[in-house]
Amino acid sequence: MHASLAAILFQGGQEAAGAAHFEPFLPGLIVLLPLLGFVLNGMLALRHAIASAKVVRTGGELDLNEGGRPSTHTLPSLIGPGVMLLAFVITLVNFARMFGAHLEEPVVITYWTWMSTGTFAVDAALQLDQLSMIMMLIVTGVGFLIHVFSVGYMKDDSGYPRYFAYLNLFIFFMLVLVMGASYPLMFVGWEGVGLCSYLLIGFWFSDREKADAGKKAFIVNRIGDLGFLVAMFFLFTTFGTLDFVPIFAGAEGALVYGGGLVTAITLFFFLGAAGKSAQLPLYVWLPDAMAGPTPVSALIHAATMVTAGVYLVARSSVLFALAPVASATVAGVGVLTALFAATIALKQNDIKKVLAYSTVSQLGYMFVGVGVGAYSAGIFHLMTHAFFKALLFLGAGAVIHSMHVAYHSTHSHEDAQDMRNMGGLKKHMPITWATMWIATVAIAGIWPFAGFFSKDEIIWQTAAFGGAANAPYPALYMMFWLIALAAALLTAFYMTRMMVMTFHGENRTGAEEEKALQEAPPVMWAPLAALAVLATVGGWVNVSEHLRETLLGLGPLTSGWLHEWLHPITEQAEHIQEVNLGALAEASPIGGGEVVWAVLSGLAALAVVAASFRFVGAQKVVPASEDVEPTGFAKVLYNKWYVDEFYDRIIVQPLLATSRFCWKVIDAGIIDGFVNGVGWTARGVGFVISMFQTGTLNTYAFIITVGVLVILGVSIF
Amino acid sequence: MITDALVLSAFLFVIGTFGVLVRRNAIIMFLCIELQLNAVNLTFVAFSQLHGIDGQIFVFFVMTVAAAEAAVGLAIIISIFRHYETVNVDNFKLLRW
Repeated sequence: MHASLAAILFQGGQEAAGAAHFEPFLPGLIVLLPLLGFVLNGMLALRHAIASAKVVRTGGELDLNEGGRPSTHTLPSLIGPGVMLLAFVITLVNFARMFGAHLEEPVVITYWTWMSTGTFAVDAALQLDQLSMIMMLIVTGVGFLIHVFSVGYMKDDSGYPRYFAYLNLFIFFMLVLVMGASYPLMFVGWEGVGLCSYLLIGFWFSDREKADAGKKAFIVNRIGDLGFLVAMFFLFTTFGTLDFVPIFAGAEGALVYGGGLVTAITLFFFLGAAGKSAQLPLYVWLPDAMAGPTPVSALIHAATMVTAGVYLVARSSVLFALAPVASATVAGVGVLTALFAATIALKQNDIKKVLAYSTVSQLGYMFVGVGVGAYSAGIFHLMTHAFFKALLFLGAGAVIHSMHVAYHSTHSHEDAQDMRNMGGLKKHMPITWATMWIATVAIAGIWPFAGFFSKDEIIWQTAAFGGAANAPYPALYMMFWLIALAAALLTAFYMTRMMVMTFHGENRTGAEEEKALQEAPPVMWAPLAALAVLATVGGWVNVSEHLRETLLGLGPLTSGWLHEWLHPITEQAEHIQEVNLGALAEASPIGGGEVVWAVLSGLAALAVVAASFRFVGAQKVVPASEDVEPTGFAKVLYNKWYVDEFYDRIIVQPLLATSRFCWKVIDAGIIDGFVNGVGWTARGVGFVISMFQTGTLNTYAFIITVGVLVILGVSIF
Repeated sequence: MITDALVLSAFLFVIGTFGVLVRRNAIIMFLCIELQLNAVNLTFVAFSQLHGIDGQIFVFFVMTVAAAEAAVGLAIIISIFRHYETVNVDNFKLLRW
């Protein structure tokens, strides 16, 4: 390490290329603060664990609820959200500086050379540009709110310091992922967030099922990571470097548009993205990941980590723009995932499972966005989704928390996450109810909430891309567009169903339990309120030009601001696209421009929400313990299209059988058999030969004589 | 002349070998080994008629080694006798696994 720590912290690194106007403000500190939080909380967690072990060893009664202790509760409560707040503030300062600087080139801050072999070198370098800035704002901002929420949600948990240690570590790796200036550094963050995801899904590891869910997430992600690695190898053999700036600068020269190499690179990258961002066919780990604490689901499995794949594609936009086949694959997988996950969400009863499938579905939309070359639209939806989905998960967390307390009060073992046991929570939890409705209409795509603008832009860009002058597969994109529209309506339906089942109608928790239901404490509803504001106004940062003209009263400030902001990042990709495909279409394949379809889909979503509200409200929902198994097609959806069973049959069981064969037959049988056989043979031969060793002197003398005679005989004759 | 000497030494050697193989008394076996050695000595001396003085010099070496061997061998036999009060080799089966 050449640079001293002080230099990292206070001098902004050794060089700041291209920072003519933009002076980064303590960028290293943004990354290091969560790491510091991890170290401090980790030490507290270790101390707590050692103290607990001591109590158990000496036979004392282990008090699992040590929430009152300053070292295990107060300190983590201050350190965990505290470092996040500081990191967020520093990010805001940087954002403000970049906002005024009109940065054209990314600012790369190099600290030291991480590794250097032959002609290949990777620097520990951070890249500050418009894209990483947006991601940093989301990670630190939403991350901070979720940390605050966790203070209330995890209050009574015995692993409180450990929880915040993991959470801080996650933020550290996530920031490395989005700020790293090269693919290897991004990969470090990529693997690091995977590790933290594993640790936090299996946070309650004494429960076998939850520990297994963590392992599943880890293993499924490995498949995708292989793609990431292979893509990096290809990039290295092509460019000789893995830094972002030289690769994107040289991409158009080194790679042929639509060529096999760039297609392979981008498809392998997308395999990585599909694993991390839970796309078909690697989405199966995300619903299981709901085994973790609910704020973890909000932070990792909704707002930040799972969007890393979208970030990867947007970051590599130049490469993807050069590979139309790969881009079509991205969009196709995205749109299919969006529809597929939405259908499953229709019939789930676990409130977190609904949100999990909804997340998979929305991630599909983001991939549609980046797949049709609308990179800013993809990032836009990533941002609004971070707001409303984090809000939904935190709201679900508040509901589960309340339900859990209610069941705990009567020592009931009913499922606190099952929506069939909820109902009528509106009057007990009005703040949660209101904020979650905001998020619901936002995700459903109803004007003027955030999701309307972001989702509609993606859907519209799909139509516009398919109708471009030289679009590769116009019919295919038209299908994508129609599926995306249909999935949007499904979204509106299942989200309303979730809200109705949870908050409306008669309460089904139980007469005794209902008395214990109450609103979440301020430390929990305050983040909800903050996110509700963001979910409401978040969409206005990127109102498209067409929409602005029709939606009166909006200042120029809101006109596609995010698109403009990201323009330095996406312009190269957009240029490639324009040269090769021509101008985007102004009207959809079946007529109508952007405004028409935006209004239509907004109205349709509203209609679906209203219809769903009445339809589900009229249904007789019974508590989980009295419910019967669904039949027919509903059963298929209820069982998630049997994908897990299918994978189990096709992949897991054969793999297990092969492993068992390798173990029992090849390893234990052949290899061990050979090794042991050599030993047994030597022992057996030795045993037989030792028979000749009688100890009788005359026998020895006789054998020697015979031996001499034989040798003599042989040598003479 | 030389043939007679060689035949005699061959007879002596075979008698010695036979004695080592069939007798059980350690002293007798020892004497038989000496007989073998001296049979070989006789051969050396006989061949020195044809091949010069080397054979006779070798006999001195053999006698020196035989004397040393006799000293060590007798010492072993004596210590065995003190321990077991017998020199019959059938009673000693220590040289085995």
